[in-house]
Amino acid sequence: MDKFTTHTGVGVPLRRSNVDTDQIIPAVYLKRVTRAGFEDGLFAAWRNDPTFVLNNEAYAAGSVLVAGPDFGTGSSREHAVWALQNYGFKAVISPRFGDIFRGNSGKAGLVAAQVDEKVVQRLWDHLEEHPGATVTVDLESRTVRAGEGVDAIEDSFDIDDYTRWRLLEGLDDIGITLGNEADISSYEQTRPRWKPATIHAS
Amino acid sequence: MGRTLSEKVWDEHVVRSNEGEPDLLYIDLHLIHEVTSPQAFDGLRLAGRTVRRPDLTLATEDHNVPTIDWDKPIADPVSKTQVDTLRRNTEEFGVRLHPLGDIEQGIVHIIGPQLGLTQPGMTIVCGDSHTSTHGAFGAIAFGIGTSEVEHVLATQTLMQAKPKTMSVTINGSLPPGVTAKDMVLTLIAHTGTGGGQGYIVEYRGQAIEELSMEGRMTVCNMSIEWGAKAGLIAPDQTTFDYIEGRPEAPKGADWDAAVAHWKSLVTDDDAVFDEEIVLDASEMTPFVTWGTNPGQGVPLGGAVPFPEQFEDDQDRIAAENALRYMGLEAGTPMREVKVDTVFIGSCTNGRIEDLRLAAEILEGHKVDPNTRLLVVPGSVRVRLQAQEEGLDVIFKEAGAEWRGAGCSMCLGMNPDTLEPGERSASTSNRNFEGRQGKGGRTHLVSVPVAAATAIRGTLSSPADLEPALTSTGS
Ligand code: SF4
Repeated sequence: MDKFTTHTGVGVPLRRSNVDTDQIIPAVYLKRVTRAGFEDGLFAAWRNDPTFVLNNEAYAAGSVLVAGPDFGTGSSREHAVWALQNYGFKAVISPRFGDIFRGNSGKAGLVAAQVDEKVVQRLWDHLEEHPGATVTVDLESRTVRAGEGVDAIEDSFDIDDYTRWRLLEGLDDIGITLGNEADISSYEQTRPRWKPATIHAS
Repeated sequence: MGRTLSEKVWDEHVVRSNEGEPDLLYIDLHLIHEVTSPQAFDGLRLAGRTVRRPDLTLATEDHNVPTIDWDKPIADPVSKTQVDTLRRNTEEFGVRLHPLGDIEQGIVHIIGPQLGLTQPGMTIVCGDSHTSTHGAFGAIAFGIGTSEVEHVLATQTLMQAKPKTMSVTINGSLPPGVTAKDMVLTLIAHTGTGGGQGYIVEYRGQAIEELSMEGRMTVCNMSIEWGAKAGLIAPDQTTFDYIEGRPEAPKGADWDAAVAHWKSLVTDDDAVFDEEIVLDASEMTPFVTWGTNPGQGVPLGGAVPFPEQFEDDQDRIAAENALRYMGLEAGTPMREVKVDTVFIGSCTNGRIEDLRLAAEILEGHKVDPNTRLLVVPGSVRVRLQAQEEGLDVIFKEAGAEWRGAGCSMCLGMNPDTLEPGERSASTSNRNFEGRQGKGGRTHLVSVPVAAATAIRGTLSSPADLEPALTSTGS
């Protein structure tokens, strides 16, 4: 996984709450067996609508999505994270994320930055007034920034310490866990024998 | 201080715990299906890793398998690729698979309990958010993403921050005709879709204790629909009776040891939950959704709400969008909403008790000529059991389509989908835009409401039905 320290890119105001993962990528797009190529499915139902934000030239190259509360609720499909990444998003900002989505983001290297609802409102206003304006997501200092001068927006965001550390270091979870293999083996020794198994020694 | 049920189960599975890091949790059972696993197996191969515990792993084909002609090759080339990939992966890594055509095939959350693999006090994960279903047995069970699937395959563990705890106490008894589904839809409308976020929830109280195992599974199944990490119910005699004698249940002395342990899996009297909700079952009625998330519901006797009723801006906008998408007029009584398709099935309501209940209502009636009814059993075993009891004959005589096992129209990944603008009453768990097919409009309902709706063609409960035509002569 690549290290993530800070990213500045075009901000995309998605004025919607409760964007569930079926909205991010509908089930019909889930049939691929690879991790790439999901960008066509991203927000598929809305992409046909000419007024949809990503169909506006100014936002089309966006890499920081600014969404309303409860982003990524619903299905556990990690494809939602891949679709956002395949499209080019590096970070999503929202007042509240679906738990599984947030976990998946951390694993895959997409920053899910949780901010106050008022910050999202201000970012929306700013990005709509200045289409194509950039937003900075600084993981080191845990801040989001946009705009300049008196109207500048700067606020802190929440992300759990462990995920932040892993993203900053670009670390692979499985490698970390296998470093503790001895702990896993000794735990396995203590499991009761009546615990079920799917395969039985004959 | 005492501990809650979920804390007890959690603590028993901690392999490693360090200040400032998530716990490393051991996983007792890992369930796998064709949609969320290919990239995980790919990752293992790329890194030269193996499956640590194939004997704690079980795979099935459910999400995009056809429910007709299941003995023929899968027609949709992409679905076929996913299914073939699963077959290759499970073969290569030595994982037990119940493929299409196998007697144990079915929806992943139905076959675990059915085989007796789902037991109290376990940790169970699957790359599917409705893994919460297994919590009905007093297990900590939750959905994971594909990276986590790969992590569990490689290590049989997961890194997890300990969630907060919540209790949902449902006092009193459900009135006749009101089901576990109505109970959970009422709860979600009460809390909203984000109300359970960050919590493991324990459902308790008289109404929960009075539910059958299958009803408890319906409730736990929809925990994710109000955002909870997992939902669970303390195991009791109902639980033990359900498990005893199933193929993978402990036997003999192991059974006694297991039950002795399971009996300790209850929340201590002096344990404290981080949050508590109390509801009264005796006030509950058949409940249906009008909108595009499971929290947008009202009693069947109610009406489509006016968006202005919602004080919160976001809720009001969400309601406006939902009404537009659903093609509904505010103020319309729910009972006047006409339905094109009724779907009975899914991991929420595709078990034998659900089919029995549906058959009981449909017997002697005909499905409305303008409505189609799809009955999709959750597993091959459920299908065979229903056929043994003659339920399939009742469905077919009523004019329903009787199908093979799978997820089917719950998410429309196989050919069972809604057309744009088509309206369904569905016993599944999600009414998101396009969930059952692009442009499809879904109303979530209980099994009795689904069956009565199929007969009348508008959202209905069995109380709205004319008496059935009984056979003459006897
Ligand atoms: S029946 Fe529906 S909710 Fe259940 S596992 Fe299948 S697709 Fe998911």
